Amino acid sequence: MTESLAIRKFSDLANPTRFLAIAERVLPWLAGLCCLLFALGLTLAFTTEGDYQQGDTVRIMYIHVPAAWLSMMCYSVMALSALGTLVWRHPLADVSHKAAAPLGAAFTLVALVTGSLWGKPMWGTWWVWDARLTSVFILFLMYLGLIALNRAMDDPSRAARVSAVLILVGFVNIPIIKFSVDWWNTLHQPASVIRMGGPTIDAEFLRPLIVMALAFTLLFFTLHIMAIRNEIWRRRVATQRRMAARLAGRGD
Amino acid sequence: MTALLLRDLKLSIRAGGGALIGILFFMTVVAVIPFGVGPDLNLLSRIGPAIVWIGALLAALLGLDRMFQADRDDGSLDLLLMQEHPLVLTVLVKCLAHWLANVLPLVIASPLLGLFMNMSEVAIGAVMLTLLVGSPALTFIGAVGAAVSVTLPRGGLLVSILVLPLCIPVLIFGVSAAYAAVEDPAPFLPPFLILTAITMFFAVLGPAGAALALRNAGD
Repeated sequence: MTESLAIRKFSDLANPTRFLAIAERVLPWLAGLCCLLFALGLTLAFTTEGDYQQGDTVRIMYIHVPAAWLSMMCYSVMALSALGTLVWRHPLADVSHKAAAPLGAAFTLVALVTGSLWGKPMWGTWWVWDARLTSVFILFLMYLGLIALNRAMDDPSRAARVSAVLILVGFVNIPIIKFSVDWWNTLHQPASVIRMGGPTIDAEFLRPLIVMALAFTLLFFTLHIMAIRNEIWRRRVATQRRMAARLAGRGD
Repeated sequence: MTALLLRDLKLSIRAGGGALIGILFFMTVVAVIPFGVGPDLNLLSRIGPAIVWIGALLAALLGLDRMFQADRDDGSLDLLLMQEHPLVLTVLVKCLAHWLANVLPLVIASPLLGLFMNMSEVAIGAVMLTLLVGSPALTFIGAVGAAVSVTLPRGGLLVSILVLPLCIPVLIFGVSAAYAAVEDPAPFLPPFLILTAITMFFAVLGPAGAALALRNAGD
């Protein structure tokens, strides 16, 4: 490998070998920072006071809200990668949205499960067919459908292009999720952190929430980079196997 | 374009096209419901609009996987892709043909099933009207699913899984408009107009997405 691994443009990241080298260097830091933030966030989450009405159950928020944010951010990352696939035809973008789909499904599942656990004591029910809950559930189904579609095709680059189209079409769901609490009068409360005119949530709850959100974001990026790296390695192994098989056939 | 429309229509109506299977499936689904919930006419008339809508949704999904696959099997898909006409328009015409052959019969059959469900005349009319306006959206969304899975040998089930989540808004507003026509306090027009908007939105997005997928799915 004679070419230099220095990065001059953002597009230089697109070289898989260079990406692997950077991932090697960045991953320990990301993982370490993520662990630190989680430690800080969880400590804050368990040491701050509970809500005067909700008691200790309010602590579910520190898992539920970041997971829900991440489930949407992950889809946005996938949509950006899908654009990369379709516009620049780059294999790394293919790998990126393929690797992000299971992560997104996992975050969405966490958001749904914790929301359900929180809903039982607060709303008196595990599940309601409210606009926010339903649209997030649809997001979960879309993640699973995308994973199924990607796995159904043999040729990875064609699978990537075709699922990229579907990712972009499915992106209409993201604004629906975001604004579902404003458009419909629902049981799920409207946004209280990211809104015009500043957060309405008390600083006591906001601090652990922000730390946890940062920790979740770092967790996503750490896992995402690891998944991309594994996928690149997997493809290289597959290519080398194929080459070995071809050589073995010639040797006879 | 007209030739393509007529060709697709003829293909789907003649033997092996499977356009009539859709109606049969629709009727069977709706006929099975009374066995499941019991033959209580009051209950049936209350859930009737929803049942007819769900039946139509499932029946509309049934023939979707054949939309581009039949063309791919005999090679005409490649000809369509190589045409000078914009591919989006070709896809739009194919969607229209599919809707006319497979979905419009469902809309026409829906009053009969409404009678089975003991629905009032107003409700039957409302369901038919909402189906007429809303079902093109199902076809346009389905075109994306069909195009995405065109190369898969057994894509039928996958198309349904991929397409159903996106169809939910259509179902929500279709059913709520149908109920609004029957029950007094809720206004009919807002959900109906939203349904129309959804159909128009997907009339733009669906063919564009399907064309993009078809170009990329080529070998």
